[in-house]
Amino acid sequence: MPPRRPPLTTADIARIRDDFPVLHVRRGGKDLVYLDNAATSQKPRLVIDTERHYYEAQNANVHRGMHYLSEIATNAYEEARKKVQRFINAPLTCEVIFTRGTTESINLVAQTFGRQNLHEGDEVLISAMEHHSNIVPWQMLCESCGAKLKVIPINERGELKMDEFEKLISPRTKIVSVVHVSNALGTINTVKEICAIAHKHGVPVLVDGAQAVPHLPIDVQDIGCDFYAFSGHKMCGPTGIGVLFGRAERLNLMPPFMGGGDMILSVTFEKTTYNGLPYKFEAGTPNIAGVIALGAAIDYLDGIGMDRIAAYEHDLTQYGTQVLQSIEGVKMIGTAREKAGALSFVMESAHAHDIGQLLSDQGVAIRAGHHCAQPVMQCFGVPATARASLAFYNTKEDLDALGAALRKVNEVFA
Amino acid sequence: MAGNRALYEQVILEHNKKPRNFREMPDATRKLEGFNPLCGDHFTLFVKLNGDVVEDVSFSGAGCAISKSSASVMTTLIKGKTIKEAEQLFATFHKMVTAPPDAPIDEESAGRLAVFAGVREFPVRIKCATLAWHTLLSLLDGKASPVSTE
Repeated sequence: MPPRRPPLTTADIARIRDDFPVLHVRRGGKDLVYLDNAATSQKPRLVIDTERHYYEAQNANVHRGMHYLSEIATNAYEEARKKVQRFINAPLTCEVIFTRGTTESINLVAQTFGRQNLHEGDEVLISAMEHHSNIVPWQMLCESCGAKLKVIPINERGELKMDEFEKLISPRTKIVSVVHVSNALGTINTVKEICAIAHKHGVPVLVDGAQAVPHLPIDVQDIGCDFYAFSGHKMCGPTGIGVLFGRAERLNLMPPFMGGGDMILSVTFEKTTYNGLPYKFEAGTPNIAGVIALGAAIDYLDGIGMDRIAAYEHDLTQYGTQVLQSIEGVKMIGTAREKAGALSFVMESAHAHDIGQLLSDQGVAIRAGHHCAQPVMQCFGVPATARASLAFYNTKEDLDALGAALRKVNEVFA
Repeated sequence: MAGNRALYEQVILEHNKKPRNFREMPDATRKLEGFNPLCGDHFTLFVKLNGDVVEDVSFSGAGCAISKSSASVMTTLIKGKTIKEAEQLFATFHKMVTAPPDAPIDEESAGRLAVFAGVREFPVRIKCATLAWHTLLSLLDGKASPVSTE
């Protein structure tokens, strides 16, 4: 274990902000206040430069050519896989599969493990706070095989009802798929406990980590999940690259997701032999630049330290909550005891879209809408929320700017 | 602030706060729901028709300032008009809110609808501004299934 480093200071954050060119985009004579990190994070220069360097000095296809560039590209690609493995503490490098993002990772499991193991009358157990990407792939699976979708309810704070969870597991439950951190509510779910309970009943667990990986140190062995899915672009990496971690003993039994090059050992018209892990699940030329730049994002985050990021953001989340609660007519949506990243709210004076529009005009970027989680909106009886979502490069000043802009909303709509 | 000052005209803010004809109509001859799934805007339009004349019109529901004020202004303009006149008004309105931002506004034909000209600069809000109109036109057309802007 590396020695514990001191907490991030204001000076550290100022230096960090200088690593992100886009944070210095000007709006109304001031730096833009970017509070839409749950949608996508900004990219540090290291990630941008790594991607450019790849195209300028390393570009070649991987796992094929015998030539110089191909070797360099392949090494950089596989080195990034090792970085991901270390970052989430996966036992084996071959358990890291590159996908286009969380959505594809979940679809991969639904269409391979799901199709292989679910039959008529079987059940998939998800929760009421899932993003559409952890609802629709399972609905499509259920429709094709006659299985049923069951939903773990949430309480008024936006926390999973854990007592209901265990009651919902039946002998027909074939997989549990839950979000680690809710994008709409910010709730941190007790995924370790969820895995322990599911495993007691012999049910595998997929964890959607899209909103957790950017904010918390992740250890898939400690969590004990069978699958863990996340996206590069929410953790300072490029868009179009994501990861599926799967335990090798599960992945080995699963059929391939897509057919094509790279995922085979040999092909004849009579018979094709599939490649081993992880290539079995990486058909076609992958997003090589994206993978290598994701590796750079991990280097960057590791350089700061995810433990320090989590501690800093924890304070920032609390500060942001206080700022929002000080504004007249603001109601928080999602008041879980453990939260990360997202601060969702509604206002008496204005609809979420009007809030978002007026904030944008004051140089504050937030998200307004249903956040691809319409069932969550239905739980809370609101059509949409405004959501400020944080990253480690945000500051208390950003949140003060949010507060001032919201007071202005109250004035305009008074 | 220039852009949004143009979007949130005083008239719009005022109609949002005190919408006109904002009530259910138990004796409506026709009613129809309209949704904007992406934003969550959701209104019900009511009309009382006498032949092809809109004798009374009202709406209920919830939505953003643009959708609500647009519905409100619309009801004030439509009352007493024929179906054909309503369709012409919508054509004028639709043309204005979907025109390029630098296109001149025909103030004369737009009349009181001109306050919504700012929507042109915010394409995502066009659906908000036109939801009530689409719903009304479907209603006058005799359609029975709810209107969705998606």
